[in-house]
This record gives sequence, structure tokens and C-alpha cells, in this order.
Amino acid sequence: MIAKGFLTRAARRDLFLTAGAFILGLALLALFLAIAGFNVGAALSAMWRGAFGSWYALTSATLVRATPLIVLGLAFTLASRGGTLNIGMEGQFALGATAATWAGLHAGSLPPPIAIPWVLACGAIAGAAWMLLPVVFRLRFGVTEVITTLLLNFVADAVVSFAVTGPLQEPTHIYPQSATIAMSAQLPKLVDGARMHLGLPIALLLAALLGALLWKSRWGFTLRAVGAGATAARVSGGIATASVIASALLWSGAIAGLGGAIEVTGVSYALYQNLSPGYGFTAIAVALLGRLQPLGVVVAGLLFGALEAGAGAMQRDAGIPAVAVQVVEAVVILTLVVLTRREAAER
Amino acid sequence: MTLLSLTHISKRFGPTIALDNVSFDVAAGEVHALLGENGAGKSTLLHIAYGLLRADAGSLQVGGRPCDLFASPAEARTAGIGMVHQHFTSIPALSVGENIALAAGWPETGKRAERRAATVIARLALPLDPAAIVASLSVQLRQRLEIVKALATDAGVLLLDEPSAVLAPREVRELLQTLRAFAASGGAVVLITHKLDEVFAAADRVTVLRRGAVTLHGPTAGQTPATLARAMLGADLPRTTPRAVVRGDVVVRAESLSVGAIQSATFEIREGEIVGIAAIEGNGQRDLLRAIVGLDEVGVIGETLRVSGPVAFVPEDRTTEGLIPEFSLTENVLLGTVKGADFWLDWSALHARTATLLAEFDVRSGGPDTAASSLSGGNQQKLLFARAFERAPRVLVAENPTRGLDILATHEIHERLREAASLRIAVIVHSADLDEVLALADRVFVVTNGVVREMPAAASRDAVGDAMLGLSPQ
Repeated sequence: MIAKGFLTRAARRDLFLTAGAFILGLALLALFLAIAGFNVGAALSAMWRGAFGSWYALTSATLVRATPLIVLGLAFTLASRGGTLNIGMEGQFALGATAATWAGLHAGSLPPPIAIPWVLACGAIAGAAWMLLPVVFRLRFGVTEVITTLLLNFVADAVVSFAVTGPLQEPTHIYPQSATIAMSAQLPKLVDGARMHLGLPIALLLAALLGALLWKSRWGFTLRAVGAGATAARVSGGIATASVIASALLWSGAIAGLGGAIEVTGVSYALYQNLSPGYGFTAIAVALLGRLQPLGVVVAGLLFGALEAGAGAMQRDAGIPAVAVQVVEAVVILTLVVLTRREAAER
Repeated sequence: MTLLSLTHISKRFGPTIALDNVSFDVAAGEVHALLGENGAGKSTLLHIAYGLLRADAGSLQVGGRPCDLFASPAEARTAGIGMVHQHFTSIPALSVGENIALAAGWPETGKRAERRAATVIARLALPLDPAAIVASLSVQLRQRLEIVKALATDAGVLLLDEPSAVLAPREVRELLQTLRAFAASGGAVVLITHKLDEVFAAADRVTVLRRGAVTLHGPTAGQTPATLARAMLGADLPRTTPRAVVRGDVVVRAESLSVGAIQSATFEIREGEIVGIAAIEGNGQRDLLRAIVGLDEVGVIGETLRVSGPVAFVPEDRTTEGLIPEFSLTENVLLGTVKGADFWLDWSALHARTATLLAEFDVRSGGPDTAASSLSGGNQQKLLFARAFERAPRVLVAENPTRGLDILATHEIHERLREAASLRIAVIVHSADLDEVLALADRVFVVTNGVVREMPAAASRDAVGDAMLGLSPQ
């Protein structure tokens, strides 16, 4: 029952649901703002201007914010397709950022074509390494990764804290942050005068790669089979489910670590505490909104990037707290959860 | 006296007409069998009688008086109707007494529930220990508990939805005796079943449904298996293909094999023969089959088991072990051969291959892209057989291959198993239904408490049944 054209019927319905949830979220935000006595028109137009209103807004705010959300959304998607839940992307992101900073500080002698892959790889490896403990706990002791990955977020916080006040602290030892990484390790800008960097094409490439692997390769098929029916995968497919679960978690951790490395090499050029304003959790919403499809994650990541960029503008121009935008995010998620549930019940 | 009567009942589910103007009644002192293929509307009719479903049209009489159609099982119970469902509905962690109290809606819990349950158990003369934890009960006793629960609120009408599916022959006989005794004491019994012999053993009257309409209705006396089958199918049951057993090489050899619950089993199985494994649930046959299939959950030690593959497996639980319901048929077919697949999958080839298999094995579906969950149980099973044959196995292991399937689908699966044997595949089939084992098998193994024994070729049905229960002397 493949529908005519590019998208399958299921994919079009997903798209429809996602768009509907998003519009409902915006409508509710407008309603709340009206009830609270704000000028809704001014607020929404400030938001629009901050997100899409100018070339600068698009290339320096929206797309820059969207990049880590897309990468982390892909990390969550990969884990979820394998039947696992990675709630620890915040931690893997932080570890990836830390490792990338370390590598970036020592990459001065390398030319960019070598330095950049090397620094990004360090971030990915650190993210995967941060996932080792949850993998062992899950496979050896049956402890769910939901708990372990979540708790390791707090440990990761402490690791960054230690790094920026200890081994990676800037030379004057005054500020709790690292020095700026070597020029050769910084991701090139894509457009003159804008903050958009090479991270966005990397994220898009990653989405395309993940999509191809999940739906066109044996590896992706076994991953999805374990996620959708682990018992059948084992009994009927002879698939070693433990190793599939391990690879889903480790690759998810690696992608999240890569996200941290991209943020350091593309945006901050240094390690700070609280480098991520909760990307690791917002990205869960992005992945769910994208219905765990890489293409959907890209679209959802762009939308959420726009929302966050718009929120900043709304605060500056209309005096509305940026957290109000979280109402939209929450409404989107709740709407989708309810709709998905109903769909499952009707089946 | 008619205790329950449903008249001109109609019910639609979306575009499907489940029941079309069906009338049905049951009187005090009788057992009324309700027969039909899957999807004929038997369960729907019973669910309407018990208030689980609302009919679109029709009326209800209880004890001769008109009555509104029940809106809930609670209303049905108040009117004196009890139901035993197809699947057990007791809570394993609670005691027998607590489960009875829950079902009857008593306020008592714990020991007080068990004391009150004891009086009901005594009144019904269905021995059960009210303090026993349900998880520790045998399948037979759990079934008995379901009946006690249904009757605990002084029900005069007992509805049973395929209660014999999980029982051994002797247990089925006892169940039917229990139902006869309940009828003799003035109760009325409605019994849904697939099995014609149960109809003749226990029922006074029989009603046959086909595609939502009554095709036969009357006293059991005067009917034959052929007349009932014709009413169920709308045609005669196709004949079984005769088959000559030609044995080839030994492909499965066990020597003092101990695995899971199986203790020191020794046997050989050859190409071209069908070995039937008769056993009551939980005697170790599951471990034996899985060891032969080579699933790593049961570690086989040393050289005690040699299997010449490839081995194909049709597991008993279609929707959790056999198929991934949300995956498409193409993906489910791929699942069986994914280990040898190329890294980049050729979906158009897989798609075409699946379409061919669907046609070849007569799987009724919306095509290779439909989800496996949209298939009926019989078609899901045919898909599993298609996938198993595709592996060109030397050994085919099937576990309860026709559980929950109707007569026609069962017949087709049996033909597939016989066909496999004539293709010189060693077929090993376990079924909880002894008659199925006996109908298919060239050799019969009985597994009791982990001990595997081969029955003599001339062993009677009762001898095998007794061996399953561990009763035979040798």
C-alpha cells in the first residue's frame, strides 16, 4: 500500500500529526500570553523576526540552535529504534565537549583537514565511552539504561566542573572555563558574517546516513527488529540481541558526544560549565516530534531551533520571558503522546 | 425452561458483519455447544450475552422474561450468568480464595476471603485449596478455578469460550463431566469449541455459526462429524493427502542429553519422518525443542546433541516469538534469513520474493507491505511456514502449530507438515492437543517431568494420554 509520490501514507500522516501538534502548541502559547495580558501580536511577531525575520536571524540564531538539537535528536532516534532509551545525552554531550576541548587545545600543529576530524572523533569516542557503564549495567545486571544514563548526567556535570577548574582551565586560572581551542580545530563558517558553521551540514549528512542505515542495511534492520520485537528477533532471526542493544547504546552515545564536539568547535571554541542549555532533553522532544525518523528529526530540530531563537527575540523585544516558549514545546510533546496513544489503542 | 435466550442479534464491526440476525437459547439442564470457524461470530455472541459487547440490534430474555441487553459483565452476573474466558483471568500472585472474592465482588480479602471461598468450593463440589497461590496450580486446577469464579455468584448459566484448548485428554473428560454435572443440577451451559468430539461427548444441542449466521441448529443426536463440518465450512473438509514414510539419514541424534528440564534423553530422528511430541504444558518439551533448534538460551553441553541443519523453527507464540507484528510481511520474511543477508538490503528483490511466497502458501493479506498484525492467526501461521520452508531446512521444528486456528487452517498446516516430511525433511512437532500429535506423527515421544520416552507404535490414545500424565506403569 505505497502511496503515490515520495512519502508513504504513514509518513504523510506522521507529518500531518507533527504539524498539527506544533500549530496547537503555538495557539496555546498565544492564548496564555493573551490571558497574561501581553500583546500577542507583538510577541509572536518578535518571535517570527528572531527566528526567520532576517537572513541574520536565520543563519546566526535558528540554524545554529538547530544543529545540536538535530544531532542529539538523531542520537535519541538511534537508541530508540534499538529499543533503548538514552536519557543521558546531556552527559554524553558534555563529555564529548570536554574531550573535544582537550583535543582542540592540542591541535595547533595539525592542519584543519586533520585537526577537525580528529577533534570530532575524540568527542564521539568520549560520548561512547560514557555509555560503557550503562551498557555493562544493562547487559550484566539488568539495570535499565533509563536510570544509569540519567544519573551519569550529574556525574558528567561534575567532570566538566573539574575540568574547567583543573586540567583544562585557562592559563590565568581565574575563570572556570578553558582556553580557546586552536584555530585549526575550529569549524569553518559557511556564510560570511553569520555564525552558521560546518556543523549543520555534518548534522544533515548524519541524518541521511542514519536514515540509509536504518532502512536499507542489514545492520539497521536487525536494530529495528530488536527494538520492535526482541523475542522474535532472537527466536526467529537468530539475532544476538545483547550485542545489538550494546551497539544501539554505544552509537547513540557516540553521536551525542559528537554533538558536544560540534558545539565546542563550531560555537563556543572553549569549554564552559552549562555549555548545553538542556539540549540533551529538548532533543528528546525533537526526536519524538520527528517520529523517530531521521528526516523528521531534521525538520523538528529546525522548528525547535527556530522556537528557541524566537524566544530570545521575544524576551528582548516584547519583554516576555523566554521560558514561555517551553509551553509550546511541552504542548507539542503532550499532544503527540496523546495522539500516538490513541492511534495505538485504535489499532 | 429456557434460562437465557438471545433473539435476532446483529452486530457489525466497521464494515464487517460479525452477527447477522442470530437467535440462540439455552435451557436449564442442558449443555448447548456453539461451533464455528474462527471469525464465525461465536465469541462475539457470547460476549454480547455477557455484556462485554453491545449488540446493534436484537433482544434478550433471562428466565423467560424480557430484559435489556446487558451493558456490562456486572449486570450479566447479577442476572445469574457467569463466563469462563478463553484465556485465564486469575491473578497468579494471589490465592485461590482471593481470586474468587475478586471475581465475585466480595468485600473480604486475605484469610476471610479464603474462608468464604471455601464454602463456595464445597457447594460446587469442585475441589480446590482456597489458600493455594494460583501461580503454583496446574493448568487443570487453574481452569477449575475459572469455573468456580464464574459460578461463585450463584450463576445459573455458564458460558465457556474454548475451555479445553490447554488440557490433556483425561482433563478434558473431567471438564466435560463437570459441565454435565452442573447441567444435571439445573444449570445451563454454553460451550464454544472447535472440537467435534467434545460436542458429541457432552452437548445436548448444537448451534453452528458460519460468517455470522446460523447454519445448523438442533439436537446433537442425529448429527455426524461430517454434517457438523459441512455446516461450519459450507463445504466438506478436504481430504488428507496419503503419504508413504520414506526414512533417510539420521539428522538429529541425542545421547544422554540433559538440557533445561530435560534429563538424559537419548533418541535419533531421521529425514522424512514426523516425530510427534506429546506432553502437557511445562514438562520440558519447550527446552527440548529449543535445544534442537539451537537457541542459545538453553546451553547444550558437549557432544550430547548433534543436529544436521539447516533447522527451521515455527515457535508456538506467533506474535512475540515468530513475527514482529508492526513490521511488514516483507520484513518478517527477511527476519528468517537476515543472518545470511547482504549488508545493503535489496528491498525490491525481498519484496518480490515475499509476494511469491504469499501466493505460493496462500497467505491472504493486503500484500507484502502490510503489517503482520493485520493478518488473521491462520494466515500468520501460513506466513511462518512459508518462511520456514524458504530456508530449505533438513529439520523442521513446529511447536503448537495450530493453536487457535480453525478447522480449515489447521488442515492446511497439517498438509504442510506432511508435505515437508515427503520432501525428506525431518519434522518434529509438539502439540498440546494429543489428537493432533497422533494424527500427524509417525513416531510419538512423550515428555513427562523432563523424561523423554518413545511410545510403541501400537500404543492406544489412552495409553499415550496416561503416559503424559505420568500414570503408566512402565
